Order: sequence, then structure tokens, then C-alpha cells
Amino acid sequence: MKIHKYDTVIVGAGGAGMRAAIEATKRSRTAVLTKLYPTRSHTGAAQGGMAAALANVEEDNWEWHTFDTIKGGDYLVDQDAAEILAKEAIDSVLDLEKMGLPFNRTPQGTIDQRRFGGHSRNHGEAPVRRSCYAADRTGHMILQTLYQNCVKEGVEFFNEFYVLDQLIVEIDGVKHSAGVVAYELATGEIHVFQAKAVIYASGGTGKFFKVTSNAHTLTGDGQAAVYRRGLPLEDMEFFQFHPTGIWRMGILLTEGARGEGGILRNKDGERFMEKYAPVMKDLASRDVVSRSIYTEIREGRGCGPEGDHVYLDLTHLPPEQLDAKLPDITEFARTYLGIEPYTDPIPIQPTAHYAMGGIPTNVQGEVLSDNTTVVPGLYAAGEVACVSVHGANRLGTNSLLDINVFGKRAGVAAAEYSAKVDAHIELPEDPAAQVVTQVERLRNSTGTERVAAIRLELQECMDANVMVFRTEQTIKTAVEKIAELRERYLNVSIQDKGRRFNTDLLEAVELGNLLDLAEVMAVSALARKESRGGHYREDYPTRDDVNFMRHTMAYREVGDDGTESIRLDYKPVVQTRYQPMERKY
Amino acid sequence: MATPTLDKADAAGAPEPGFADSPYITATFRVRRFNPEISAESVWEDFQLEIDPKERVLDALHKIKWDQDGTLTFRRSCAHGICGSDAMRINGKNRLACKTLIKDLNPEKPITVEAIKGLTVLKDLVVDMDPFFQAYRDVMPFLITKETNEPTRERLQSAEDRERFDDTTKCILCAACTSSCPVFWNDGQYFGPAAIVNAHRFIFDSRDEAGEQRLEILNDKDGVWRCRTTFNCTDACPRGIEVTKAIQEVKRALITRRF
Ligand SMILES: Cc1cc2nc3c(=O)[nH]c(=O)nc-3n(C[C@H](O)[C@H](O)[C@H](O)COP(=O)(O)OP(=O)(O)OC[C@H]3O[C@@H](n4cnc5c(N)ncnc54)[C@H](O)[C@@H]3O)c2cc1C
Ligand code: SF4
Ligand code: FES
Repeated sequence: MKIHKYDTVIVGAGGAGMRAAIEATKRSRTAVLTKLYPTRSHTGAAQGGMAAALANVEEDNWEWHTFDTIKGGDYLVDQDAAEILAKEAIDSVLDLEKMGLPFNRTPQGTIDQRRFGGHSRNHGEAPVRRSCYAADRTGHMILQTLYQNCVKEGVEFFNEFYVLDQLIVEIDGVKHSAGVVAYELATGEIHVFQAKAVIYASGGTGKFFKVTSNAHTLTGDGQAAVYRRGLPLEDMEFFQFHPTGIWRMGILLTEGARGEGGILRNKDGERFMEKYAPVMKDLASRDVVSRSIYTEIREGRGCGPEGDHVYLDLTHLPPEQLDAKLPDITEFARTYLGIEPYTDPIPIQPTAHYAMGGIPTNVQGEVLSDNTTVVPGLYAAGEVACVSVHGANRLGTNSLLDINVFGKRAGVAAAEYSAKVDAHIELPEDPAAQVVTQVERLRNSTGTERVAAIRLELQECMDANVMVFRTEQTIKTAVEKIAELRERYLNVSIQDKGRRFNTDLLEAVELGNLLDLAEVMAVSALARKESRGGHYREDYPTRDDVNFMRHTMAYREVGDDGTESIRLDYKPVVQTRYQPMERKY
Repeated sequence: MATPTLDKADAAGAPEPGFADSPYITATFRVRRFNPEISAESVWEDFQLEIDPKERVLDALHKIKWDQDGTLTFRRSCAHGICGSDAMRINGKNRLACKTLIKDLNPEKPITVEAIKGLTVLKDLVVDMDPFFQAYRDVMPFLITKETNEPTRERLQSAEDRERFDDTTKCILCAACTSSCPVFWNDGQYFGPAAIVNAHRFIFDSRDEAGEQRLEILNDKDGVWRCRTTFNCTDACPRGIEVTKAIQEVKRALITRRF
């Protein structure tokens, strides 16, 4: 075991982690630990754009953006945070341009903007062009630009280091962060990083679904690490199902395709979104479009022999426009489906996309240990965090924005905190004990269960029971199945017993994280007896502001006999100037 | 090694591949294994799979790892060609495993899979990427401007100026190009195509003001002049970047000092 000492440690090198690193490195001795090489992070998969009311192409302002974000989130958004997001959006786009990001340009040479779902002029009047973009690889350009600037600033990276545990020390009854424990992929060595401040920027957790736009590596490691140490997770029942994933594969086809004029059609060729969202049509918010697609499929208007998908039709758009604005996604259709989008519609289905919930933070990125208490020295930003700016449903282009605005805020706040406190908190005795036990147990296990089998059963269970439509019965089925899988997981064994690049071992560790988080999601969903944003209960189809206008806070409890359970609590939503209204598009 | 017991193709009366009732075929994957914890030598190992030929080579590697041999080691993340993790040599050509469909590989014959060349193999398909990223860092891959006052709004750039370097902004740093280059195989000191592509991305960006400096770096004995225009890199690039053309443009800029 090796011990390292830094002022600030950042877990993750996606958009949020690197945006934080650029700030933190200037102000404090900083290390970035990342399980992937930074440029492999899933921010690079983001296609459509980043929202900011620059008003470069038509009238717009941050107040309209704030409203859209709150309405899009079905009023579960903390309104003070949404206002910060929309206001700071403008500078965060300009910052990226100054760092070198090659945005598409208008004829005047300013940053070009396009339409995206849920973003509107004057509180819902009509769609507005608010998304700043670089073809359909905006996330790729953000990731590259941030990495380039990390190289410029000399940010210190520990690549292929997996953080597996968060060190928490209680001082006068208050939980403090003391550092993290990481596993080095290349050697199997365990490293303890003592730090005054730790920032989690470790991304989402989509891999507990089967059809998902998320990378294999998005396994919720950060959420799981803090949750196991007794910190809460907020709003985990809210997961976004993006309407247009490639049929069966889940690979995303950006909403920008509909922003450019693409149309969803059922087997009769009907533009069915006109029925469900007369004003915004195909650009209504994602949860609305995903449910509409499944309604079409359930009512027998799905396409294909099994009637299990619908079409995204781009054939009426000029090929030059597709080449210029949507080159990557049209190539996905060619590569993976053998379909030519110039002439043929693309089969799509909703795909599990984005975790609205996560580690609760305030607007400085400080992590909370209950509804109000800050954990000194602990921060989170990006998809791993829940500020909450996305509430019950995130608007497209608001996450690339979130990672930049709150990544920067967390980076500044953490580094200022490390500069302010004099000494590191003393490490707990034997700080790596939990990780050593976990890793050795897996390496030495002779159990009969296999990681891949349990993971597949989990994913199939989640797709079937807690996806776009949920009921008490389906969620209960999921809760029971997950409990069974967690039991079986104790008996899992791996084949690779080596130390060097043991990805077999890490897949087993990641599965443990997915199982814990799936359980939190299902239990939180069961208790929320209403429908709101991404959480749709067929048995409670309407929003219930009287009982559920509040954030879920899930805590892991361990009884005296060692049995684990989940305790749910609730946190009020911050409302400033917007009164909840019914959401219509 | 376990043998698959469920032969779906047979069960369905062995229809031709591609027919709706049974899309599965039997394919052999011949993988070059290397694990210095076990042996200093690398060996070829065959794995048989029942697989839908419309699936990716990455899916096949996962099936092997998950169902047959958990020790098989490779990098991957996004599974759709945008993260650059899984460049490997498949049937002798550099490609991304997640962007290569089995049906496009002549699956009647064993499909060979091995690590990319020119970088040290650490285990199975995993290579040491550090020299590759070092060459990238050496070309100063970040925007450099001399202005003392930051503008308050965005810098203006015409759509044409933006288009000028569009191709080289697509790079995902997968190393397929560099590790297909015979010059790089012979001499790891050569910057390699990927680093030049990333220099090109800034040299031809109208906002950048360090073109001269970057050109001087590439004028080095291990710089662009080593390129012998074999086009391997262009063929290998999974992002369709015209790599050789970019290198030629950098050479021309060095001669004319115009960019
Ligand atoms: C296909 C796709 C398209 C999208 N398009 C858009 C869009 O157009 N607009 C928009 O606003 N949003 C979009 N999103 C959402 C947005 O891209 C993501 O939410 C956002 O990029 C997440 O960034 P992040 O920095 O939080 O995490 P990531 O970029 O996922 O980075 C996570 C980082 O954490 C590291 N990590 C994870 N676990 C560990 C561990 N245990 N130890 C150490 N390091 C760890 C990883 O190595 C990685 O560096 C899209 C998402 C997807 C999947
Ligand atoms: S130029 Fe192409 S092949 Fe070379 S590293 Fe970039 S994406 Fe990969
Ligand atoms: S796994 Fe990301 S490029 Fe292949």
C-alpha cells in the first residue's frame, strides 16, 4: 500500500472532473484519479450541444432558460440552482471558446445555436435556438478542449486508478472527508490518497440498464463509495430515458436530429407527436416523447415484425445538411444498422440515458450528509451529483452545461477550502482495510456465481420493471429480484487471479456498485406514489405536489446484526419565483 | 476452455447466415495472448463462438471474457467508436473492435485479434499508451493566443476558417494511425501521425498564434519529414480523418511558412 498526500483530489476526468481540475490546479496541489484515460470519458459521447442564452441567432435570455429548466424538471428543480445554471451558462460557453473549443459559427462569425427539446422562447411560446454546438460531437470537443487545457496547466493525472472507497472521519459528530482509496489497474496495488478536499466527478450509472446510451464503464462507483459510508443519495428514482436510441443497441441519436427537423413516425408513417404535444411536437421534453413512443408501441402502431420500435425519419432533410450537422449519428446508422439515413428511416427506441439523482450537494458543490449539513472537504459535480438543477427530468444540453458550471464551482470551492484549512485530517487506522478485504475476497472466492450472468439478469430486470412505465407491482418485482441478485453476488467468483490489468476483478467490483444503486433506485421509486418527469407510475399517473413536491434522500442503514436496509427521508424543494404549473408542450 | 453447447444454427436446420429465424453463425477468434505474470512469450489461442455476424468484434471479445475466459484483457468503454479505447489489429489491420462488424471480416476463416504494434504490450490486447500521449503533449496541443486582454465575448471566426481544420478536430486519440505506421514501428522516437494531426488542428485554426512554434517542433529530425506517405494511417483512422493529407499540409506549411 502506498500513501499519497495532496491538497485536492478529483475523482474522474470527464467534463466535470477536468473543468474542476483546471481551477483546482491553479490554486492547490491537485491530483486527478481516473479509471479511464481522460479522453476516454463518456462526456466525449455527447452529441447535441450545450445550452446558453447567448442570443446569437434570436432573442433569448437566461430567465427564459431558467424557467424552461424548472418546467422541464417538472418543478422538482431547486430554483436557486437553476438560476445559477442559466446565468453562468453564458460565461461558461465563452470560457470554452476562449480555451479553444471549435464551435460551429454563424455567418457573422459568432457561435451558432440550434433548437433542442424543451428550450423555448418566452416561457413556452415556441422553440428557441439556445444550444451551442460543434457539429454532432459537442461533447467530444468539450472533452478534448478541457484535456488540452489540463495539459497546458500541467494537471497531474493518475490514469487507470479506480477509486473504491471514501474515507470519512467523524469529528465532534460531524462527518469529514479524509481522502480516498484507489486500486491501480496496471499493478493491482492499493493507494491511499490523503487530501484536504475530494471532488467526485465520476459520472453516471446507466449500466444497470440493458438498453442504454451509457458506456460500459458508467457503473456509479462514486455514488456507491459515499453511499456505503453512510452518506445519502438524492432522487435516485429519477432516470432519463432518451427517446432516440438505436433499436436494441441503445446507441444515442441526438435530439439535435429532431432539432434539425427530424420527425418520429409510427408504422403508418404518422407523425404521432402531433397528438401528444401539439406545440413542441417532436421536441417536447424527453420523458414526454419516450412515453409517447411506448404508447404507440403498446397500442400496436410500432414498426418491424415485432412492432417494438418506431422510426426517426431524416429522409426529407437535404443530404448536405445531414453531412454538415449530423455526420456522426448518420454514420452510426450506416455502421451498426446498415441503413442509409438519406433515404431510409432509422429504427429507434427509448434508451436509458441520464441519472438525474446522485450525491446531494449545495450550489458550491459541497456534499451534504443530511438535508442541510455539509461534509467538510467533500465535493461532487457532474452526473454523479444532484444539485438539483435537473429535478425530475433533465433538458437536453443542460448536462454539458451542468458539468462546466458546477465543475468549475466545485473546483474553485474545493481548492479554496484546501488553501484555508491548515492541516490534513488524520487518516483512520488501516485506511485501506475495506478495499483490501473486498479485493481479496473476490480474488480468493471459490463461489459458483458469475459476474456476467448476474449483471445481465439485473439489466433485464431493470429494463422490464423500472424503465419508462412503472407500477407498484413491477417495482416490487424489481426490488425482490435485486435482493436475490445481491445475495447471489456474495457467492461470485472470478477467473483472473492476477495483479496485472485485472479487469475481471474490476468488473466484479463494478457489479457490486450497480446492485447497490439499483436497489436504491427501486426502493426510492416504490415510495414515490406519483408521476413526475422521468418517474412515471401507471398506478399514480398524475403529479402530486401535496405529498411529493420533495426530494428523496436514501440512506444505507446497517442493523446491529449486520443486516442492511435503506431508510428514506425527504428534503424540501427550493422554490423562488416559479409556481408549479401543469407541464404542457 | 468451455465449448458452447447451444448450437442455434443447427437447431434451426442450419439456415444460411443472415436469415431471420437464426442469425447465428459459428466463428473462431484467434487471439494473441500475453501475460508476463505467466509467461514471457505470447501465444495464439482460439475461441469458438456462436454469434450474430451483425455484432461487433467487441461483442465477441466480451462473450469470450464473460462466458469462457475471464482472464482475456482489453480496454473498452463507449462501445460505439467515440472514446478511442479499443484500437487493435484485427485480421492484420488496425481497427476499433467496437466499430468492426463480424460480417465484414470473412468469418468463415478464423478472425485474428492482436494488440496494436509499436507500443509495448502489457497484457493481451492492452499496450502502454504513455509514449503515444507524450508525443501528443509535445506538440503543445492547446490554443495559444498572444492577446493580453481576454475578449469579453467569443472570438469571431468565419464558417470557412472554422471549416479549415474541421477534419482534424475529430481525432479520438485511439492510436490506430500511429501504430499502423512503418516508420513508427522502426523508430518510436518519431512523433507519429496522431501527434501531427493534433498539431494540424491548431496550426490551421485562425484563432491560434503559435503556428511557427509548432512548426519548429515538427521540423525536428523526428518530425513530419520522417513521413513516407504510405497512407497506412489514413486507411486505419476510424474517424475517417485524411491523416496523410493533414501531414502533407503541415509539410507544405513548413516550406511556404503559410498556414
Ligand atoms: C450518448 C450521450 C450523449 C449525450 N449528449 C448530451 C448533449 O448533447 N448535451 C448535454 O448537455 N448532455 C449530453 N449527455 C449527457 C452528458 O454528456 C453527461 O451527463 C456528462 O458528460 C457527464 O459528465 P461527467 O464529467 O459527470 O462524467 P463522465 O464524462 O462520464 O466522466 C466520468 C469520469 O469518472 C471517471 N471514473 C468513474 N468511476 C471512477 C472510479 N471508480 N475511480 C476513478 N475514476 C472514475 C471516469 O474515468 C471518467 O473520467 C449525453 C450523454 C450520452 C451518454
Ligand atoms: S487520427 Fe484517427 S487513427 Fe489517428 S489517433 Fe486520431 S482518430 Fe485515431
Ligand atoms: S470502446 Fe470506445 S472507441 Fe471502441
